[in-house]
Amino acid sequence: MTGQALAQRETTETGPGTSAPTVQVIEPARGWIGINWSEIWRYRELLYFLTWRDVKIRYKQTALGAAWAILQPVMTMIVFTIFFGRLAGLDKQTAVPYPIYVYVGLLLWTFFANSIANSGNSLVGSSNLITKVYFPRLIIPMATVGAGLVDLGISFLLIVPMMLFYKITLTWQVLLMPVVLAGTVLAAVGVGTLLSALTVAYRDFRYVVPFVVQLWMFISGVMYPTSMIGGKWRWVFFLNPMAGLIDGFRAAFLGVPLNLPTLLLSLAVSLALFLFGAAYFRRMERRFADII
Amino acid sequence: MSHPAIRVQNVSKQYQIGTGGQSYGTFREAIVEAAKAPFRRMKAGEVPGGRENSFWALKDVSFDVERGEVLGIIGRNGAGKSTLLKVLSRITEPTTGRLEVRGRVASLLEVGTGFHAELTGRENIFLNGAILGMSRAEIQRNFDQIVQFAEVEKFIDTPVKRYSSGMYLRLAFAVAAHLEPEILVVDEVLAVGDAAFQERCLGKMEEVSRAGRTVLFVSHNMPAVRSLCSRAVQLVGGKLVRDGNSHEVVDAYLRLEGEGEGAERVWADPDTAPGDDQIRLLALRALGPDGRPAGHAYTSQPLTVEMEFDLRFLHSALCVGFELQTADGILLWRTYHNDGPQDEWPVLKQGVNRIRCTIPPGWLNHGNFMICPRVSLHCIKWIIVQGGEIAFSMTTDHARSPLWASTAEDRPGILAPELQWLAE
Repeated sequence: MTGQALAQRETTETGPGTSAPTVQVIEPARGWIGINWSEIWRYRELLYFLTWRDVKIRYKQTALGAAWAILQPVMTMIVFTIFFGRLAGLDKQTAVPYPIYVYVGLLLWTFFANSIANSGNSLVGSSNLITKVYFPRLIIPMATVGAGLVDLGISFLLIVPMMLFYKITLTWQVLLMPVVLAGTVLAAVGVGTLLSALTVAYRDFRYVVPFVVQLWMFISGVMYPTSMIGGKWRWVFFLNPMAGLIDGFRAAFLGVPLNLPTLLLSLAVSLALFLFGAAYFRRMERRFADII
Repeated sequence: MSHPAIRVQNVSKQYQIGTGGQSYGTFREAIVEAAKAPFRRMKAGEVPGGRENSFWALKDVSFDVERGEVLGIIGRNGAGKSTLLKVLSRITEPTTGRLEVRGRVASLLEVGTGFHAELTGRENIFLNGAILGMSRAEIQRNFDQIVQFAEVEKFIDTPVKRYSSGMYLRLAFAVAAHLEPEILVVDEVLAVGDAAFQERCLGKMEEVSRAGRTVLFVSHNMPAVRSLCSRAVQLVGGKLVRDGNSHEVVDAYLRLEGEGEGAERVWADPDTAPGDDQIRLLALRALGPDGRPAGHAYTSQPLTVEMEFDLRFLHSALCVGFELQTADGILLWRTYHNDGPQDEWPVLKQGVNRIRCTIPPGWLNHGNFMICPRVSLHCIKWIIVQGGEIAFSMTTDHARSPLWASTAEDRPGILAPELQWLAE
């Protein structure tokens, strides 16, 4: 990024576990600041601990513990299967059985939706940390996404028996899974950090987000195949990164035809969201402790 | 060492207060402001319309801290001490100015940052340690010592919400106490907890300073600042007004902080003077043997407290007197004009009265004291119970023995009477 002014300049390392003396210069920053990746790397253990904390607390507080991570997509899948699949007749539109088609989409969607909703509130919820300790603030929304990944991992366990039940065989497309997942993580972190920074400055955002997330689900092809969207403006639909990513996720696991151009478009949008979200966050970061 | 551990250069911090401090507050407002923005020049970090609502928490603060130095930062509430620590800890950004920091900084601005009630003591140790900047290996290495220091071995696997407040504090402090940074920044964490806890905090801080680490210590506990810190700085209204030997800075601060402008206070305006319609305090003075106000007195001489007041009507239960307190707020005594037998009471009349009381020589030890006026109707109500204090300082010079050095401050205690000793 051009036009950088660094809030801190360091000549050698600081961070947890190091003892070498350094020169740290603290002065006011101006404008857009780059992401200090090396600093985030140095604080990686804190990222781990905050993720672990979020996961642990959530599971300690719910009676069902880890099973909760599975229940959300499963119950949604059941409801969708009955109402969208059977009653609305969408189950004739999908190449593979509707329940698993929906479930795979829901897995990825639930991860994204929960990540951005929780990220949005993460900074405001951690105001006690932000006003008392220093660490790169980007770690807070990142930890929320990390906790979402753990949930995704758990809900993923159900995929295996479902695939056996519906007799789905894996194709080479399963190699796409890491790519799609990476893209989704980028999109989640991007939107999450953007929302978290916006929520600190404008508290009414936290009321807007759940509503937006709900609508977003309907335009992402979760309960219907995206092949239903046709016409000249199809590519606009895929500017929503989750549309292309969910398709890619389905292609990876269910062997449905891969639509490469839309996947690439969604990946590009995810990357752009990530860069923009992180950049906006960094620009606002220096005022967090003052206005939170 | 050619380079100081910390160098603060002309650091200022401006805050927006009122609605400006909330940035835009809601997105709706932000949109409105954004629409107006092209017609107004905005500087980075400033909020439009907030210029009238800003104040400088720090203004042009500059000082150096050498490696291994223990620096005390004192000042009234709101002077900017915590803000300075926050800027040093990178929690908030200076508005102007620059800081250079050499060494890993650990900030203790609060005890138990990040503790979560649902997690066990063990889990919280790791979480809190990580938040404070310790690596997992470090925490693991110090784990047993931390548990031992906190004396919570039996409860280490119970959720922290079950802990008593004492256990909670001990555990939180134990984690922080095992930080090993080059620079430690501590903000009044001693203010919480019981006396035993405060003792351990101080003890640990002494250990840290003896180990050669640089320490910045913000506190209202003047004896602690005096004993722990070699040097101190005082902030007033965001500005650095004093920088020097900790004893001198603390003494100077206390003299002004006695809330008296020296040893005499006169209230010209009856409406603002302490008291009520029945009695108004006109003046309060601490006089030396020459009859003049004595801000610096000597223990070998009597000190006379004079109270001048306007009495509208007499009352049989009226008690007029004062409390003598140390500058730290310890109460020595409360005395009233009618403490003695009735026939020895000074006679009060309607109108202006001036009564005096003499503190004998050889009672008080060196230190800073406050005279706080107290007026009441015995068993009925208070008339003056706070405010109106004057201050004076005592220097010990009444010792008659060659072995009791009168100028050095080696004899502890608030009082220093010369008592009669006899052999059997």
